[in-house]
Amino acid sequence: MSARENILGRLRAAPTGTPAPLPDLAAWRALRPPVADAAAGLALFRTNIEAAHAEVHDTTAQDWPALLARLAAAKGVQTLLFGPATAHGAQLSASAPPGVQLVPYDRPADQWRDLLFDGIDASLTAAVSAIADTGSLILWPDAHEPRLMSLVPPIHFVLFDAARIHLDLHAAMRAEAWATRMPTNALVISGPSKTADIQQTLAYGAHGPRELIVLLCHSNGGQP
Amino acid sequence: MSQPVHFHAASDFADRSRAAVNDIGLRRNFRSAMDYLQTKRRAQFGDAGELSVLRDLGAAIRRHALANLPDLLEQLEARLSANGVVVHWAETPAEANAIVLDIAARSGAKRFVKGKSMVSEEVGVNHALEAAGIEALETDMGEYIVQLAGEAPSHIIMPAIHKTKQQIGELFAARLPGVAYTENVDALIRIGREVLRRKFAEAEIGISGVNFAVAETGTLFLVENEGNGRMCTTVPRIHIAITGIEKVVARLEHVAALNSLLPRSATGQAVETYQNFISGPRQPGELDGPEEVHLILLDNGRSQAYADLQLRATLQCIRCGACMNHCPVYARIGGHAYGTTYPGPIGAIISPHLLGLDATYPLAFASTLCGACNEVCPVRIPITEILIRLRNEAQARPGSADASLRGSGAGRKTLVSMIWSGWSLVYSRLRLYRLSSWFISRGHALSPAEQGAWTRCRTPLKPAPKRLRDLIKERRA
Repeated sequence: MSARENILGRLRAAPTGTPAPLPDLAAWRALRPPVADAAAGLALFRTNIEAAHAEVHDTTAQDWPALLARLAAAKGVQTLLFGPATAHGAQLSASAPPGVQLVPYDRPADQWRDLLFDGIDASLTAAVSAIADTGSLILWPDAHEPRLMSLVPPIHFVLFDAARIHLDLHAAMRAEAWATRMPTNALVISGPSKTADIQQTLAYGAHGPRELIVLLCHSNGGQP
Repeated sequence: MSQPVHFHAASDFADRSRAAVNDIGLRRNFRSAMDYLQTKRRAQFGDAGELSVLRDLGAAIRRHALANLPDLLEQLEARLSANGVVVHWAETPAEANAIVLDIAARSGAKRFVKGKSMVSEEVGVNHALEAAGIEALETDMGEYIVQLAGEAPSHIIMPAIHKTKQQIGELFAARLPGVAYTENVDALIRIGREVLRRKFAEAEIGISGVNFAVAETGTLFLVENEGNGRMCTTVPRIHIAITGIEKVVARLEHVAALNSLLPRSATGQAVETYQNFISGPRQPGELDGPEEVHLILLDNGRSQAYADLQLRATLQCIRCGACMNHCPVYARIGGHAYGTTYPGPIGAIISPHLLGLDATYPLAFASTLCGACNEVCPVRIPITEILIRLRNEAQARPGSADASLRGSGAGRKTLVSMIWSGWSLVYSRLRLYRLSSWFISRGHALSPAEQGAWTRCRTPLKPAPKRLRDLIKERRA
């Protein structure tokens, strides 16, 4: 008998007890009415993610490369990791921000791990959507924008389309039908990395990025 | 059965707790940490109505998962396998460690990095790896600190909660080459970050735990704040996740509901920095992520709790640690005194299944039964009812219907059993009762001044000089 058969055998031999129906989420969802409008959702998102030490900047689909260039210069960013096969990656390289060397993530991480860990100041990725309730960004890394872009560089710039705001994680999962199309890795990111493991004192920049900077792209001219 | 190397026998529990309550520094560290965590949790649950609805839902989700556990485990295995994840089953810690060592041997791995995982502590995988000449480095800041100090975690969420920043500064200066003493927390974290960053880049295998495993999609859900968990599950070529068989849930949306409870109950934060959903290894064309993902499903006594409908509720636990944060006993003796991987109220009710009731029953008595743990439990585990049940199990006559667990009856003492048998005999026979109560009341002056543990902090018990029936008789006369 294998461990698998033994374990499942013991579980199946146990008494069944009272049947437990599939939990009803209705009572919980009734307590979570949708936010009044997108502007209210964005305001809540901003308050919450700023409270978690992230920066949020308003911009537009045309202007963000210039904003990114200004922020990068102000923070002394010299090398910026980006996904060259994405639309925003193409937009970024076309804008050629002065003083910043753009590094494309275009080969397996195993081939350039030292440079990735030690030679990159910042990265730019897009967010799929965001969550108002907890101030969180949803990222689905893929071949064009791999997982480590949002983890290894000390500064992470995130481009986020302001129209894609959800109330909470449950609403996002439902609206985006996660259960039918889970990627190999999905991430919900709610600020720069942090720890309170030493005497409950909060410190930012644990093992992931020290800074998380949201470029909030509005379609209506730059203001919410 | 052999016990894990880090286990301290519960027979010495009284001695360890006495030492702990007399350690003023330790008392101060825990008091301030517990106050901090309680205040932060309270601030998160300002709406009592919402909390109540969420706790009902959390309990319903976990009960549903347990009621369908074997089916959900098979569904999880099928979905994960279809996604390219290798699923292993282990009945014992030794089997779990053998699986890890086998993967290491096959891949020639010599360097492991570990994300925070209490199940990996439970099986003692670090010791197994070190014995095989393989480095197993803890990368959660708190876990790294306790590993560097040669200690075990004293809290399931905040492993180094027993240490001050001064103690950690001294530890770093003593153990890390070229590091000078500092008690600046930002500086200490930067030191840890730099040391571990290199290790992430070099490691061949990463180990992690699992917060919830989703049967519907074949997804491993992990939460953390530091980013070390993501490093361990993303950078090395192989990722091994290890978890107990009870951690499965049916639906992906159940994770959203449970994670609305977990961080708020655990550390009083609205959400963790990283929620990491892993549903498979690196796919063709992807540029990073592990090439192999393994999941080890560990039983280690959980099926014993499962077999009993009352004790099964123990397995509802989502490991938030709120019960210990609110336990008056835990706050005073700290996590190490328990001697088990899982301390506090949840430790007292889960450890008997992992280690045997014979090795752990004194922990069930380390409770005032005040019920604070029940009130804060996000999935409504009736912890004190289970504690009472385990106390009864510990006293059960071996072979009787009350003795259903491994190690039941281990707390039974011959003298105590004889006294209670005598008591039962006297109280069930009227003449014998009258005779003995007459003798006891007349001989009340002979009762000893020293009555063992009772008189250590109380005045001695003395029978009344006259029985109640004598008093009534006098009044009527």
